[in-house]
Amino acid sequence: MAVAPAVDDGPPIIQSSERRIVIPTNILTGIALAAVGYWAGAQLGISFALNDAGNTEVLLGYTFASIMFLVGIGFANYPLARLFGWRVTPQPAGDDHDGPWRYLNLSLDHKVIGVQYLVAMLMAMLFGGIGAMLIRTSLLVPDPPIVAPDKYLTLVSMHSVMMIFVASAAIVGPFGNFFVPYMIGTNRMAFPRLEALSFWLVPPAIVILLAAPIFGGFQTGWTGYTPLSEQADQGFDSYIVGFTLIGLALVVSGVNMLTTIIQLRAPGMTWTRLPIFVWGVFSASILGTFAAPILAAALVMQGLDRTVNTTFFISSAGGSPYLWENLFWFFGHPEVYIFILPAFGIVLELIVHFSRKPLWGYRTAVVGLLGVTLLSWFVWQHHLFMSGIAPALRPFFMFSTEMISIPTGIVFLVAFGTMWRARISMTVPMLFSLGFLFNFLIGGLSGVFLSDVPSDTTLHGSYFSMAHFHFTIVGGEIFAIVAAIYYWFPKMTGRMLNQTWGKIHFWWMFIAFNLAFMPLFAAGLLDMPRRVSTYAVSLQTLNDWVSVWAFILFASMVLFAINIIWSWFFTFKVAPANPWQARSIEWMLPTPLGRRNFEKIPVFTGGPYDYGNPSAKPAADLGGPPDRGMGSLGAEPAPS
Amino acid sequence: MSRLDRTHALRLLVAWAVLSVVGVLIAMQVHLPPGDQSTQATDETSLLQLMLIISTPVFVGVVLFILYSVFAFRQTRGAALEDGPPSYGNFRLQVAWVAITAIIVLLLAVIGINGLTSSAAETNFASSQAALGTGGSATTSGHRLQVQVIGQQWWFTYRYPDFGGAESLHLMLPVNTNIEFHVTSTDVVHSFWAYELGVKADANPGVDNITYVSTVRTGAFTVRCAELCGIWHGHMADTNNAVVSQADFTTWIAQVQKDNSDLNLPPYSPIYFPHPPIKGD
Repeated sequence: MAVAPAVDDGPPIIQSSERRIVIPTNILTGIALAAVGYWAGAQLGISFALNDAGNTEVLLGYTFASIMFLVGIGFANYPLARLFGWRVTPQPAGDDHDGPWRYLNLSLDHKVIGVQYLVAMLMAMLFGGIGAMLIRTSLLVPDPPIVAPDKYLTLVSMHSVMMIFVASAAIVGPFGNFFVPYMIGTNRMAFPRLEALSFWLVPPAIVILLAAPIFGGFQTGWTGYTPLSEQADQGFDSYIVGFTLIGLALVVSGVNMLTTIIQLRAPGMTWTRLPIFVWGVFSASILGTFAAPILAAALVMQGLDRTVNTTFFISSAGGSPYLWENLFWFFGHPEVYIFILPAFGIVLELIVHFSRKPLWGYRTAVVGLLGVTLLSWFVWQHHLFMSGIAPALRPFFMFSTEMISIPTGIVFLVAFGTMWRARISMTVPMLFSLGFLFNFLIGGLSGVFLSDVPSDTTLHGSYFSMAHFHFTIVGGEIFAIVAAIYYWFPKMTGRMLNQTWGKIHFWWMFIAFNLAFMPLFAAGLLDMPRRVSTYAVSLQTLNDWVSVWAFILFASMVLFAINIIWSWFFTFKVAPANPWQARSIEWMLPTPLGRRNFEKIPVFTGGPYDYGNPSAKPAADLGGPPDRGMGSLGAEPAPS
Repeated sequence: MSRLDRTHALRLLVAWAVLSVVGVLIAMQVHLPPGDQSTQATDETSLLQLMLIISTPVFVGVVLFILYSVFAFRQTRGAALEDGPPSYGNFRLQVAWVAITAIIVLLLAVIGINGLTSSAAETNFASSQAALGTGGSATTSGHRLQVQVIGQQWWFTYRYPDFGGAESLHLMLPVNTNIEFHVTSTDVVHSFWAYELGVKADANPGVDNITYVSTVRTGAFTVRCAELCGIWHGHMADTNNAVVSQADFTTWIAQVQKDNSDLNLPPYSPIYFPHPPIKGD
């Protein structure tokens, strides 16, 4: 039975302070205070006069800058008002700023936050993509490298960390925040301030990461293994603070999503009617909530090692690099399922709507997603098969890793069952969803090669594993994100993306991606290790081929960006309310969407996927029961 | 299951069977690394081959299904959108699918665990656990030739405790010998990767990471570092290593011992910093 508690019985009204901290709070104040904060933090760090190679200065500078940025943008207003007893009044969420200016400032409206997230993630993807292009340029010649080795490794590290930011948040951030409240029938998230915080932690993280080259960059890759990280300059402090901010964003967003999905479902939105995309967000949020704190804690430990010599990870002083490896991967493996679980959700959701058949085996699909969620906690040591840690545990981790193919196989089965004898429309989102299935299949099968210790002995740390995770993350998750953008863009922005260019984009991206990344499996089998600035002369042809196709792949994303910018700002035709003729609730609402999601809290009367079922009711009754006020619905049992 | 279901399923099944057989035949011809220079390398090669063979029908099946569906189960072009049959699932099919994937997984796990434990049994290293550098000659039967591998930014040094700690910058190994590597590092984490021998082991500072290899064929091999270890990580590669005959090895190690005689090397030390690479390179 779904419960709609009292907080949900109206428009998104949030207690706000009438007074501000002396100065008006907006993004300009945020940037100014961030600069002041950096200066103050750095001065404080210098004043300690530690023998720390200047790390305290930079770490405190970044930390203070991030906190002051959040204060300047307005996060302190409400807590300060409560603290000092200023008057707080109910006020509609996100009304501090109007017009497009809303999107650049603190807003508590989940729709605004979704769009903010989408733009920020596309920007971050652009930065990471430029990094990838520079990497591939450098690898055009084997030796001497075009980019000097230290710069090259900084590029590799920044590309990887930036793309990890993107992969962690680019589904739950834009689409989770925007559509989960619609899909479960609520006007707001459970914790709108936390939702805004989960977004506003991201821009400082991106800026801090981009600042790394000012302090010499960092040459450690995204794994940041000690003792190598101890040798890195202050550039590594960007990794610590930037990654910690993203970790906090994951926790904050995870807690909020779980609470919202558990507590704020409208009447009739039973667990078995929950759209599969919401299940994907739900399972990823479980992982984000419980895995990201481990990352944040471990990063703080590295920061302490670098400043006050706590020696958690310094082997020469009794610490252990193994400790870092364990903590990092104990976070790191659930992390990769934070990437892919919502992508599974998107792909299954889209395959249903474009097959025009019910989701085949709904409960099995949910079991599959939750099964991956559970198993992902028990596999982290497969990243450490060669490390020398506990050889006796290798059979266990080998087995648990291979077990993950069972719930993953379920996702494929459900997709196939849904497509069986369906009426498939080959729209752009569907093309990308099918592209996901193909790419993720290769990613998954190559993962099995890596899961067995003897075969991993040859493949570990080589380009084979690099190709494997690019097939799962780029070919998998990024394809799902692009599918979601094509699918939901008309509802989010009120504009259709150009579908003809979308089809060209799909074939261009799909072919270029596979031709660029497939040969990397061969590079790994031919003993090319990852993260090398130079390689065997005999592999030059192969690497040049990869680089050229990587450039073509990048060009396809430029085409996509042009399509987004053109369709969003230069076509003035409002998209139809339901261009895909889909059944789910977000398409029952008008385009453009109103400031309030629902005038009355809807009552869900059917499943979102009841295609072809003549006795099925519409997914929801948007009018609500006529004879009742909205507030009393919470006490009613859900209609079945 | 309707007649139409059966027709589609039969077509798919036949196409899948034919293409899988073709695919498996091709997969069996693919030449995979790391080769046959050691028993470990042979095991890894055959395991990679086996996985390629097992994945082929899976790959063929999924791709075939996607292609078949988008052509056979297509919305009529130009007409109003039509819904498919409202099928919500088939419990028996779901159970069967899970059972089949579980069986494949169990099979893979059994093969993998069996490979692990048998190599562990083969490498029953009771003799060498006693102490490093106290054993007899490498040719004594049952004894493992011990080699300490020390990673440093940015090269590997190989030390032979059985030969008074003779050390070299290139790895020479006698053929038909069981070898026991003790991998460690003096600075950051490296990973000792003797590609053609099918050996990979991380070099951690302060850790003695033990791994084994049994050489079966003479020939050169490459050693690379497989863990990011700083700016010259990509240059930490050496192709001047070889598995040689017992006689050649004896001659070679005697020469190394002679060259090292003025250096006063310890036979074995877990915290030993090799000299800068000036000798023999």
